[in-house]
Amino acid sequence: MGFLDSLLGRTKPVQPKLDDLFGLPSAAITLQAATGFTPTGSGSVCFRAVEGGTFGGIQSEVRDLLDMDGGLPVEVSRDSYGFTWLVSSHMSDEIEALVTDLHAVNSTLVDNGFGPQLLCTVVGFRDPEDRRLGLVYLYKRGTFYPFAPRSGQTRDNALELQVRGAIGDDLKFEQDLTKWMALWGAPGL
Amino acid sequence: MARTRYAPDRGLTTRMTLTMFLLGLVFVAFIALIIGIMAAAHVSAAAIILIAVIFGGGSAFATLFYSDKIALAAAGAREVTPREAPELHGVVDRLCALADMDKPRVAIAPGPMMNAFATGRNSKNSVLCVTTPLLEGLNQAELEGVLAHELSHVAHKDVQVMTYAGLLAIVAGLLVRFAFYSELFGGGRRNSNDQNAFPVILAIMAVSAVIYAISFLLIRLLSRYRELAADRSGALLTGQPSALASALVKVSQGMNRIPTEDLRTAQGLSAFYFAPALNLRDPRASLAKLFSTHPTLERRLEELEKIQRQLGQVDPGPRAL
Repeated sequence: MGFLDSLLGRTKPVQPKLDDLFGLPSAAITLQAATGFTPTGSGSVCFRAVEGGTFGGIQSEVRDLLDMDGGLPVEVSRDSYGFTWLVSSHMSDEIEALVTDLHAVNSTLVDNGFGPQLLCTVVGFRDPEDRRLGLVYLYKRGTFYPFAPRSGQTRDNALELQVRGAIGDDLKFEQDLTKWMALWGAPGL
Repeated sequence: MARTRYAPDRGLTTRMTLTMFLLGLVFVAFIALIIGIMAAAHVSAAAIILIAVIFGGGSAFATLFYSDKIALAAAGAREVTPREAPELHGVVDRLCALADMDKPRVAIAPGPMMNAFATGRNSKNSVLCVTTPLLEGLNQAELEGVLAHELSHVAHKDVQVMTYAGLLAIVAGLLVRFAFYSELFGGGRRNSNDQNAFPVILAIMAVSAVIYAISFLLIRLLSRYRELAADRSGALLTGQPSALASALVKVSQGMNRIPTEDLRTAQGLSAFYFAPALNLRDPRASLAKLFSTHPTLERRLEELEKIQRQLGQVDPGPRAL
């Protein structure tokens, strides 16, 4: 935000960066080779719904759009923070289709002028030991970070750093570790 | 961006620019008048002015530099880790990710009132503080609205802006006092030193007093505009103007029930609070409005309703940012 904007107290809502999301499928292959984590086929988009009927209409439009492709129906849920999660589920080898679905949600919101409401996308991974891992894409920064929840709201930081080591060069990774926000109970993880 | 529901409020921007321009004008006029008085009288009262500027500037910058520590200590607040307050940190995390800003430190104050404030000299050193009654009294969406409002203060660098704006009033206020004391204690030297000293110091005192009054009103006006700007940015960030409005109503109602003893300690901090720590509903309310650091509840609710309509537009149509 510019000097003048803060001086005049007019924050410009931040528009999301969408393009870097498409790097995910190739990074998933690298991740599998390096750590054994494979995609679960589930992914979600998290956004802050705007009050009123206009946004609600667009939200159901997105849902219909994703349900049309004949795959598993899209699940909608609200977390305890009031954010809405749209979960799209595919087969585990269809990560490209999943990314396309997620992008459809993003672009519908952006086209309707609600881009600033997008928070993040989470794509789920599992390893043979059934450890959970989410690759989180932050829309506003256009960066990825890993989130590995363990039971009891603790994070497997070692695994997260290992994942950064494995695919840090393939994807635009979030350098600022304080932005690696915890997403407990994120749907699709 | 061809179309947007997030168009800035031009009226507010204009009014704020005008207020800041007037403050600058008063500042320049102040300096010009003091120099003029001194030049006309061929007296060097420069020492007094220099001391006032150094003292005033020094205290303002010290306050700015330690604003986070001062405010936390004054409110009796304690910084909390994500483990201690996971819910609160979760909301702040999400809002900061939405707004793409650095996360401030988070603190909780015991306080008798429902309130929140954000302070700190820059975004890296800012701290966001909420009181326990606020956490208990608001629902999740309302709390989010209040936090978004406070984060907007951080984004707008309000502590810095208000410190610089207040500098003039501090220096003018000090000058009145210094001139008064120098008259009081330096009276004996008047005759031997300089015949003109007495009227000059009196003139400086008068000018400073007028400047102090004008800049005081302008600062309060600026503070009210910045509250409206923070309301606006906060409501646009969460997309829930109604939740913020409902939080405002709850916090204001809570205010009016509080006995006055508790309020006195908080008045000094009032400019950084979410809602004013003074009761605006007394009979002298119209005068109080002029001196208030915060707009009236009615005004804030009215502005939030405008944002609600703006966000609900089906097709906002082409509009330049």
